Amino acid sequence: MSSKLHIKTLVNPKLQDTIKTGGCGNCQASCQSACKTSCTVGNQVCENK
Amino acid sequence: MFDLKNIAQENVHLFSYRELNILLDVNSGSIHVLDGAASDLFQALMEKKVMNTVIDKYGETAVQEAYQQLLAMQAEGLLGSKMDFDADSLLQDDSYIKSLCLNISHDCNLRCKYCFAGTGDFGGDRQLMSFDTAKQAIDFLLKASGPRPFCEVDFFGGEPLMNFDVVKDTVIYAKEAARKIDKEIRLTLTTNGMLLNEQVRRFLVEHKVKLVLSLDGRAETNDFMRPTASGRGSYERIIPNFQSMVEELDGVDYYLRGTYTKHNLDFSHDVEHMASLGFRELSVEPVVASKEEDYAISEEDYPKVSKEYDRLVDLYLDYQQKGDPFNFFHFNISLEQGPCLSKRLRSCGAGFEYLAVTPQGDLYPCHQFVGQPEFCLGNVTEGVKDKSISQTFKNTHIFNKKDCSKCWARFYCSGGCNANSYQQSGDLLTPYKTGCLVQKKRLECAIYLEVKKMLHAEGEV
Repeated sequence: MSSKLHIKTLVNPKLQDTIKTGGCGNCQASCQSACKTSCTVGNQVCENK
Repeated sequence: MFDLKNIAQENVHLFSYRELNILLDVNSGSIHVLDGAASDLFQALMEKKVMNTVIDKYGETAVQEAYQQLLAMQAEGLLGSKMDFDADSLLQDDSYIKSLCLNISHDCNLRCKYCFAGTGDFGGDRQLMSFDTAKQAIDFLLKASGPRPFCEVDFFGGEPLMNFDVVKDTVIYAKEAARKIDKEIRLTLTTNGMLLNEQVRRFLVEHKVKLVLSLDGRAETNDFMRPTASGRGSYERIIPNFQSMVEELDGVDYYLRGTYTKHNLDFSHDVEHMASLGFRELSVEPVVASKEEDYAISEEDYPKVSKEYDRLVDLYLDYQQKGDPFNFFHFNISLEQGPCLSKRLRSCGAGFEYLAVTPQGDLYPCHQFVGQPEFCLGNVTEGVKDKSISQTFKNTHIFNKKDCSKCWARFYCSGGCNANSYQQSGDLLTPYKTGCLVQKKRLECAIYLEVKKMLHAEGEV
């Protein structure tokens, strides 16, 4: 009998690996566009993806 | 026996939001959805509790299955993954100034009570930037940005449209100067809308200037905090201007941005009002204020604030379901296509990638530090003279902030706003506690909404 799936993985961006591949510096300053008092980096999109 | 070895609390975050149990593996950024058995088991394991209650509730078979699946995730680097690197050495690379906040006008036609610019003058004289100074600022930026292909300029104030002739000349000059050296300058203008007439709107659309339109929501909310210089409300005058502006922009390249304070802790109704007026790109966020101010939000307000974000999630889903969605800035999250790790270690780049320029051409780490002489880095003619200030800001990465280095949200908020920290604690490295609570709440809402969207796309909800 196959076992029931209790966990579903939705995304795995392997963030730790981007130490080697990232850092181009082309992305937007996070405070600059839609808000002027809160910088939230997590909602930005990488310029190179 | 059940045991998950070597998973540090700070490297995982399990939370239940409505119908979903969501597990974030902090260092890999992976996201998992757990059923009740897996969620309760994982929580018990992390808290080193006995398993009897979990087994009694779900049965031994289910708990064993969930346990085997957790072990498999751990083996694959999807759970409790580690990250070993030296942040200081990673971040000592060259940085280039690529963004400017151009304070084109230290004067304003509103008298907003929470204005960090001291109702426009930043504690100094009411002044407008000359075109010569603006030109020097653009030249400084294009040179200081080195190899970076994209630069950003935000026309800011006070109210930038009080100096519209200089805005116009600067937009034209900046685009041409960038084009000549194969760079692109992206332009934004933040306005209160009072002077956003037809001629101004036409120019901004024609030159592709993105807009941040300031409105706090309902008429009573907006007019209480954002009166004109003569003490009257601004709502009636700005709404038609904003609506025309957004129509002429075809509904893109703008944000309608508001601030909530202790006086409108029911701010989800302000967001709802903005949506009811037809605006679809919305951003409303908490005021930054010293604790003495009557409008300042304190930790005791957090339960109310938290409930408002829950209501906002309902509203967001309702509009989505009706086929008429709106975008709420702080519910945007890119779980797969987000920035690389080195971007996530420091927040906005203020002081070393991003600077503010005063009408006289003085340089500050950002608009929030303008007028504090100890933070003046130099000027647009001579460039950055005091490199120690840039270095201080470069060092404000999350591993130098005690409260951030072990926080689950560290790679999403990246240490928060340094100006907030400085204003609240007098220290760039001590984050603003209430801000942290709000940030974490918004992140949970954002992750929940994104997860729900993914499950829906897979036909699971």
